[in-house]
Amino acid sequence: MTFRLGAAAGVVLAVALAGQARAAGLDEAIRALGASDPDTVRRAVGALGERGDPGALPALDALLDDRLRVGADGAVYIKDRERLLDAATGRPAAPAGSLREVETDNELRRLALPVLARLRLSAADSAVRLTAAEELAGDDDSLPLLRAAASREKDGKVRDAIALAVARHDLQSTDAGQRLAALSTLRQLGKVAVKTEIETLLRTEKDTRIRRAAEAALSSIHTREVVVSGVGSVLYGLSLSSVFLFAALGLAITFGVMGVINMAHGEMLTIGAYTTYVVQGIFQRHFPSLFPYYLFAAIPMAFAVATATGVILERGIIRHLYGRPLETLLATWGISLALIQTIRLIFGAANVAVANPSWLAGGTEVVAGITVPFNRLGVILFVIAAAAFVWFLLQRTRLGLQVRAVTQNRAMAACLGISTKRIDMWTFGLGSGIAGLGGVALSQIGNVGPELGQAYILDSFMVVVLGGVGRIAGTIAAALGLGIVQKFLEPISGAVLGKIAVLVVIILFIQRRPQGMFPVKGRIEA
Amino acid sequence: MHSRFCAAAIAVVTLAAAGCEKKETPAAATTPTASTPAPADTRPDTGPIKVGILHSLSGTMAISETSLKDVALMTIAEINEKGGVLGRKLEPVVVDPASNWPLFAEKARDLIQNQKVAVTFGCWTSVSRKSVLPVYEELNGLLFYPVQYEGEESSFNVFYTGAAPNQQAIPAVEYLMSPKGGNAKRWVLLGSDYVYPRTTNKILRYFLHSKGVKDDDIYEEYTPFGHTDYQTIIAKIKSFAKGKRTAVVSTINGDSNVPFYKELGNQGIKATDIPVVAFSVGEEELRGIDTKPLVGHLAAWNYFMSLDTPENKEFVAKWKAYVEKNHLPEAAKRVTNDPMEATYIGIHMWAQAVEQAHSTNVDAVRQAVGGQLFRAPSGFTAILDAKNHHLHKPVFIGEVKADGQFKVVWKTPGPVRAEAWSPYIPDSAKKVADWTFPWVCGNCTEPKFATKALAAAK
Repeated sequence: MTFRLGAAAGVVLAVALAGQARAAGLDEAIRALGASDPDTVRRAVGALGERGDPGALPALDALLDDRLRVGADGAVYIKDRERLLDAATGRPAAPAGSLREVETDNELRRLALPVLARLRLSAADSAVRLTAAEELAGDDDSLPLLRAAASREKDGKVRDAIALAVARHDLQSTDAGQRLAALSTLRQLGKVAVKTEIETLLRTEKDTRIRRAAEAALSSIHTREVVVSGVGSVLYGLSLSSVFLFAALGLAITFGVMGVINMAHGEMLTIGAYTTYVVQGIFQRHFPSLFPYYLFAAIPMAFAVATATGVILERGIIRHLYGRPLETLLATWGISLALIQTIRLIFGAANVAVANPSWLAGGTEVVAGITVPFNRLGVILFVIAAAAFVWFLLQRTRLGLQVRAVTQNRAMAACLGISTKRIDMWTFGLGSGIAGLGGVALSQIGNVGPELGQAYILDSFMVVVLGGVGRIAGTIAAALGLGIVQKFLEPISGAVLGKIAVLVVIILFIQRRPQGMFPVKGRIEA
Repeated sequence: MHSRFCAAAIAVVTLAAAGCEKKETPAAATTPTASTPAPADTRPDTGPIKVGILHSLSGTMAISETSLKDVALMTIAEINEKGGVLGRKLEPVVVDPASNWPLFAEKARDLIQNQKVAVTFGCWTSVSRKSVLPVYEELNGLLFYPVQYEGEESSFNVFYTGAAPNQQAIPAVEYLMSPKGGNAKRWVLLGSDYVYPRTTNKILRYFLHSKGVKDDDIYEEYTPFGHTDYQTIIAKIKSFAKGKRTAVVSTINGDSNVPFYKELGNQGIKATDIPVVAFSVGEEELRGIDTKPLVGHLAAWNYFMSLDTPENKEFVAKWKAYVEKNHLPEAAKRVTNDPMEATYIGIHMWAQAVEQAHSTNVDAVRQAVGGQLFRAPSGFTAILDAKNHHLHKPVFIGEVKADGQFKVVWKTPGPVRAEAWSPYIPDSAKKVADWTFPWVCGNCTEPKFATKALAAAK
């Protein structure tokens, strides 16, 4: 009994001692991460990789995130939001004296990433394991580790990722059976990434069985590639269309419905974008806790400011010019220049930074290889909402009824007691307000500067004319068509030629059908 | 044509007078020509010396060029505080060509003919430089051009204080090819659609060929000025990068950089996978961007604000003090960058040359500028090459840090001499830019004055 107890105690003691020794080695390596000499740091990362001790995970993670700090005595700490943790033990620490940030560069990051991924291959979270497996795909040194991980992996996605990484490596194997097995895995998973590797294999491969398998795998990958790029073009096209539509939707009302050639339309977009910038600033200063949601305040504000500007413009200038399109064109062009200069005087000539709230940053992978950024997705949803709002306003409200009545027959509408001047004012205001909403959307995907609107004025006129003047539905269809056509042409012809090709298509189309895609039937008063 | 001939004749006279021992020091080439009448120099020698500043203060380029105007005014104020040049004050004449290329030529003519400026500091885009070039050559004016550019040019009337391709683009590509830079094997050459990116990429393509890179491994793409939709291009880069280590060389100019880098971050491209090296993105351009997703991407310049040299600390401190004193907008956020340093060097070198020539006469000053030395903020002594009118500059490669500054990861041991004509393009490899005797030419394959006597003397 005593003997047994003694033995047990001995084992415990031995384990504890070994653990301490291990911890000491780990401690030393982690401490070396904070060395000022970059070579020592690199060696330390290598050493941590060889140890394979998950205890190093937090320190490495912090190193890559620029959260690693070194005290005056050389001790290494991890900055975790406001507090400091000891890098080796993970306990909170309060070091005296100033701290130095451990600097990283790409060379170090390239070295540390696979080390970190190898350690993460046995993480509890399957998403972490998945990124780790993808990270290690091209890393030959991790192969035994990947094979070991494959046998114990339960999660299907992670298993696929590991199988892919192993199969890519096995393609170069000397054993024909292994190459064949790798090919069948690759064919099933069909990742575009391995295309070049299979092509290289085909160049040297002698075994006809393997050649046939490789060709089959290649063609299945090719099919998938075509599908993926098609899906991508449609998605990117939709996203471009949403931008077109936002720029054109307001114009579809002022130009399409009212017939006012408003060259200052672009500046309504600019005003919307700058309103977003101002609202962002207010939230940053006064309500930092609500900052992620500043857009929800910016939307009504931008609408209100742009509507007010539109109403003032209509009352002040445009109403005096009804029926004189050339003068309207020149006057609104002058207004546009004046507005640009005013914005420049208030906010400066340089672009201002409008940040994406955190929930709009990043993206989601729809199909393998096609990422749709959240800000673009947000714009698509927002434009659908705005178009629905316009439709509702025009088709289902009293104001909309009056607007339609006035545009169809002004004299008759006036006879029926509709104040046509008031309706003109509100219609123009509405068109401007919608453009203001467009400005909010554009501020999330592009630059906000005084000339923002200039870049979109041409596109928006193009969309409205193509869709058929006077038809909101036509505008929507034209925006969709233009965006998707341009995105399908872009990979073939490049961005510049793509744009030219689209213009040529439009010219030809307008030649054939001067009224646009959806001509208004019947009489319209210009 | 007439003025060209005149200038050439002057050069010959000067050099003949200086004799053959002029080779020893660059300063020997600075003998002033006293008796040349210059159109700009009819004022009494006691009044202020007028200095033209030709930068866009409105329009698309205002973002970049406004700070060059500011730094030029700062440098002029600094020189005036020390007593001016030749005991005379410098008087800046600021004009705004409004990012309008033909207007650049008009304003340049106005500066030389009506304002009678002794020298002009200005231009940013290559289009604007090409637009004013004939004016300076016709009226024998003097222009200092402070921005990195595509090379393939050397004018008798222009001094180039920005980098030529071999002082920026080629070292950057060599770095990305090296093990430290990530061993890139495949190249995406992405740029705005105009002369600078197209020429630079032409040079880079020849250079990559010389390094054994096949055309299959190069993907060249251009976008219009002000392009904002980079989704397709970045998706294409992503699929192009599969298979071989890839690097992107970006010559995108102006505002388009913001959506480009935003999209890059959103589509999850990390600098460790596909590094992007940019030639037109500096501290000033990063001010308008959330730099978090850009960490690790690269830029190649001849100066970074983060350089840790006493000269740079002084330069940055001077700039900060100037910005605050003059209440420039967004004073706290203003930064220094490479073209600003080049402007600073250019103005000082011109002032030194005027002192040395003891005249503001364009021909005299031109002779004196060649070979000027200046301790630059980069910590190196910059030399202005008398032969090709370009500045010898060190090259730095920096990685973007989270605070919008750069961390230098590689630099040349010393200043590099500019190659005005790239040796990698077969057509231009034979060309020579040499404004000293017997060449006296910016674009020749043979010296202009290879007389029999000279050949015999050899």
